[in-house]
Amino acid sequence: MITTRALVKRYGPVTAVRSVDLDVREGDRYGLLGPNGSGKTTLVRMLLGLVYATSGEIEVLGLRMPRHAREVLPQIGALIEEPAAYPHLSGRTNLTLFDAAGPGGGTARRTRRQRVDEALEQVGLAGVGRRPVKAYSLGMRQRLGLAAALIRRPRLLILDEPGNGLDPRGIRDLRELLAGLNEAGVTVFLSSHLLAEVEQLCTRVGVLDEGRLVLQDDLAALRAPTGRIVLDTPDADQVAALLDGQVEHRDGQQLLVRYSDAAALNTRLVGAGLRVSSIGAQQRTLEEIVLSVTGTGSDHIAGTP
Amino acid sequence: MIKVELVKLLRRPRTWISVVLTCALPLIVAVFITVTHLVPPPGQGSAFLSAVLQDGALYPAAALALVLPVFLPVAVAVVAGDSIAGEATEGTLRYLLVRPVGRTRLLVAKLVSVTVYVLLVVLAVTFTAYATGVFLLGPSEAAAVGQAPGAGLPGGAVGGSGPGLGGQAPTAGQAAGGAVTSLSGAPLSLLQLTERTAGAIAFITVSMLGVAAIALFLSTITDSALGSALGSLAALVASEVLVTLNAATVVQPYLPTRYWLAWIDFFRQPVFWRDIQRGFGIQALYVIVFLAAAWANFSTKDITA
Repeated sequence: MITTRALVKRYGPVTAVRSVDLDVREGDRYGLLGPNGSGKTTLVRMLLGLVYATSGEIEVLGLRMPRHAREVLPQIGALIEEPAAYPHLSGRTNLTLFDAAGPGGGTARRTRRQRVDEALEQVGLAGVGRRPVKAYSLGMRQRLGLAAALIRRPRLLILDEPGNGLDPRGIRDLRELLAGLNEAGVTVFLSSHLLAEVEQLCTRVGVLDEGRLVLQDDLAALRAPTGRIVLDTPDADQVAALLDGQVEHRDGQQLLVRYSDAAALNTRLVGAGLRVSSIGAQQRTLEEIVLSVTGTGSDHIAGTP
Repeated sequence: MIKVELVKLLRRPRTWISVVLTCALPLIVAVFITVTHLVPPPGQGSAFLSAVLQDGALYPAAALALVLPVFLPVAVAVVAGDSIAGEATEGTLRYLLVRPVGRTRLLVAKLVSVTVYVLLVVLAVTFTAYATGVFLLGPSEAAAVGQAPGAGLPGGAVGGSGPGLGGQAPTAGQAAGGAVTSLSGAPLSLLQLTERTAGAIAFITVSMLGVAAIALFLSTITDSALGSALGSLAALVASEVLVTLNAATVVQPYLPTRYWLAWIDFFRQPVFWRDIQRGFGIQALYVIVFLAAAWANFSTKDITA
């Protein structure tokens, strides 16, 4: 769906994006992570033809960008940084104008009204569509921006920081909406600096650090079991004695044990008359993964898959 | 896209407030004249103003002369200067472009929208001034019709004034009832007056397009609507200064404001075409040059706002 090759963007002496090879596949829920200023927004703007690359190639939906913007962009829904709307007009009028602005501006009025209604419904703004946007809260504006992205029933969603301004409930609604759309066949590409947001929604992540894509992989692969078991037990001393040599780390009642099968370990401990409060395979959190490749760890430049 | 721009223009409160305010100035002037019966002597003050007590029907021309030097260019500079820069500041520019709206199309739509705005203001001024003239100042008084040729025309301001100005004998004193006197003293029928007012409206609209093109160009350079509006006004002020400076005679034929007052020549009998044609020509040149510059800049620009 999105492929870039050796993509570079320089603003004068500043290099914002350094040789990025992005690979987003059809059906992905791709999360682009990176601290603020790491080049996420510049990258997103290049994909959409707003910013011109200094060098490198971009292919979106199989076509070169920005050359084929006229064919590609109508199939994309986009949210770029903050949402924007004409404040003195209602949410509904804004959507109607944005929908009429692109190609196919001559769509029948009824079709357009239907599409606008549907998009407002999807984001939960059906009740306030007639209010002027200047009376909207930040979260409502974000929802309106999302509605504008959805109005053409896109094949690909490119969302830059979609969770901004949303309250916890709004974030959950957003997650459910995006997951639902993804199941219906929409590829979702979002950028965020919120790890939890990406971890809960995405199937694939890329990590951008100082303009470099330092990691790109399936989340499941990244979070594969590490071959260690995390164990909580009130009988920590006895367990440590029993599993001498296999305990890698001990923190009060919690032990980190080198062992491949949690169930087998559990049976063995219970068989020895030791109590177990909780037991499970260790998985690295996304936070640990990201921190290990960003900042000082910038020598971990990932090869492309 | 043009339709969308027009909806945006017409649904914006600013548009109507500026129209009302621009119409208010001639109204205020008319009220003072009605109360005091004082008008500038012929040859002084704003064009046509000295003749309006005799001919209420000439008031639209007088009103246009009142709003032309400052009100109209300021309004046009604000609207045109805001056209791209305002969308950039509001954030809506990026969403329009990813719809996608072609950048060239957007520029053209903006220019059309500004043109419609100018026409709207000029027509509103003309019609309110006509009503004002007829109701407050009364229809033409036959007794005074033959008064000074070149009535109220600020000679210096029109530069190479027409041969008709003061040249023809003021023999029109016996004009048929209801006829209006031309600046040359010859009578104008109502049909002629209408035709010439239409010509003047067209000329003034085109004159404003030069300003609009400059403001539109600046609007693609900066993201500040204020900056582009003030920049284009500064260009006009500079032009006005040079127009009156003898030492700058060489460049005067090419200044944007040089032929601004040539529309007055529509009210001569016969119409004095030389300056009118030059005025159309120079405005066409400014529109072409600055629109091309705006296009060259905008179509290659990184949209980071």
